Amino acid sequence: MHDLQSGPALLTPAQAVANLTHPDLSLRYYAAWWLGKFGRGEAGVVPALVAALEDEEDRTELGGYPLRRNAARALGRLGDRQAVPPLILCLDCPDFYVREAAAQSLGALGDSRAVPHLLPLLNGSQLVPGRPHPAQPVEAVMVALAALGVREAAPQMVLLLEHALPRVRRAAARSLYQLTQDPVYGEHLLQVLAQEPDLKARRTLLLDLGASGYLPAAEAIVAAAVENSFKFMALKSLLETHLQRHPDLSPEGVKVLGLMDRLL
Amino acid sequence: MAETSDIIQAVENADSPAALRTAVAELVAVGSPEAVSALIKALGYNNPEVASLAVEGLVRLGDLAVRPLLEQLDDYNYGARAYSFRALATIGDPQALPLFLKAAREDFAPSVRRAAARGLGCLRWEVLPATQQAPAQDQVFQTLAHLAADPEWGIRYSAVVGIEGLGSAAAHLQPAVHDLLRTMAQQDPDQVVRARAALPLTTTP
Repeated sequence: MHDLQSGPALLTPAQAVANLTHPDLSLRYYAAWWLGKFGRGEAGVVPALVAALEDEEDRTELGGYPLRRNAARALGRLGDRQAVPPLILCLDCPDFYVREAAAQSLGALGDSRAVPHLLPLLNGSQLVPGRPHPAQPVEAVMVALAALGVREAAPQMVLLLEHALPRVRRAAARSLYQLTQDPVYGEHLLQVLAQEPDLKARRTLLLDLGASGYLPAAEAIVAAAVENSFKFMALKSLLETHLQRHPDLSPEGVKVLGLMDRLL
Repeated sequence: MAETSDIIQAVENADSPAALRTAVAELVAVGSPEAVSALIKALGYNNPEVASLAVEGLVRLGDLAVRPLLEQLDDYNYGARAYSFRALATIGDPQALPLFLKAAREDFAPSVRRAAARGLGCLRWEVLPATQQAPAQDQVFQTLAHLAADPEWGIRYSAVVGIEGLGSAAAHLQPAVHDLLRTMAQQDPDQVVRARAALPLTTTP
């Protein structure tokens, strides 16, 4: 934590932009992260990160592109839609993690130009032998499509409720609830939570429930066998998603605030 | 019903999370003062379910648990410390005031700071001699106002909760509390903190 805090003092946006092409590859990687966190609104940042999406020098042993991954993540945080067309191109990158970061960022940028490019990726849910993920980043794609409000994606997401990977099933239920507001999907997540023996998985589930905005989950979040900090964050995100639909605080929203108080 | 010492033994010998949970639940149920130390230990087993049960048991024992909680505070395990603070906050004994003031500003764990901030808002002031109440309340207000500008939303949220509680206990601070909450309801960068700060403003005139 301390390093992250002392970092900004050592860099300016102009230096970080310059570092994106520094001979030391680790400085490039750090600069991309730094710009995503501190570069909002600074001149030249977005074009420099877009250029980094085509970097050929920073490679992993397996052929991955670490700098491209970080640049794609940073562009999602900066909220500048200039980044949308180049991020769409990244959905074809041979590196899974670049595609995943691009899908996440396209969801965060909320630009519907991405939709026709995201939808076909839902067909790539088959597992890849020897890798911990499916052929395409279907979790990130579902979350992005839900954020973009793409209801026509729902039938394919329903199929993914049966996927072999629990995290894919969870992302499907969460995204389906966001798109359809059908309580069936919220209840699906609650059932998974009630039966989940692993603490780490329960923590992730709470965050999924929070992101779904399924307000009846509030009591179950409070009752879950998980540390208060996770419950507190999950309830906050539940309320945020709810406030997007109901900007004036509803009585149910007030109830969530009461539950958050009890977790302090 | 088993002797308290037998149940304490069962807590110490528990060989699975389920056995631990059952034994601690039994310890909470007997509600004996002898259980205090064992309940405090149970805050530090890194099992959120067990810790929540133990907090419940300590709160039920109330004033009896205050001194031991203050004396057996875990300086190394911040999870356990946060649970101790939650118990102390709910009990509301002003003996915890100096500790709350310090931890709310300085503890490195956000969960401990949040619990301390809430605790500052729910102290049983009537326990203190009348002459000490107002100066101590002013000090609490200063600390909470400081937390209200913290970079972290969770700390600001807990500051709102503390400030609201202080406002209903300390009549002379009500105007200042009202102003601070109104400013936060309008200007806090986080929408959930703004919503929480606005809540007491809409329910009380």
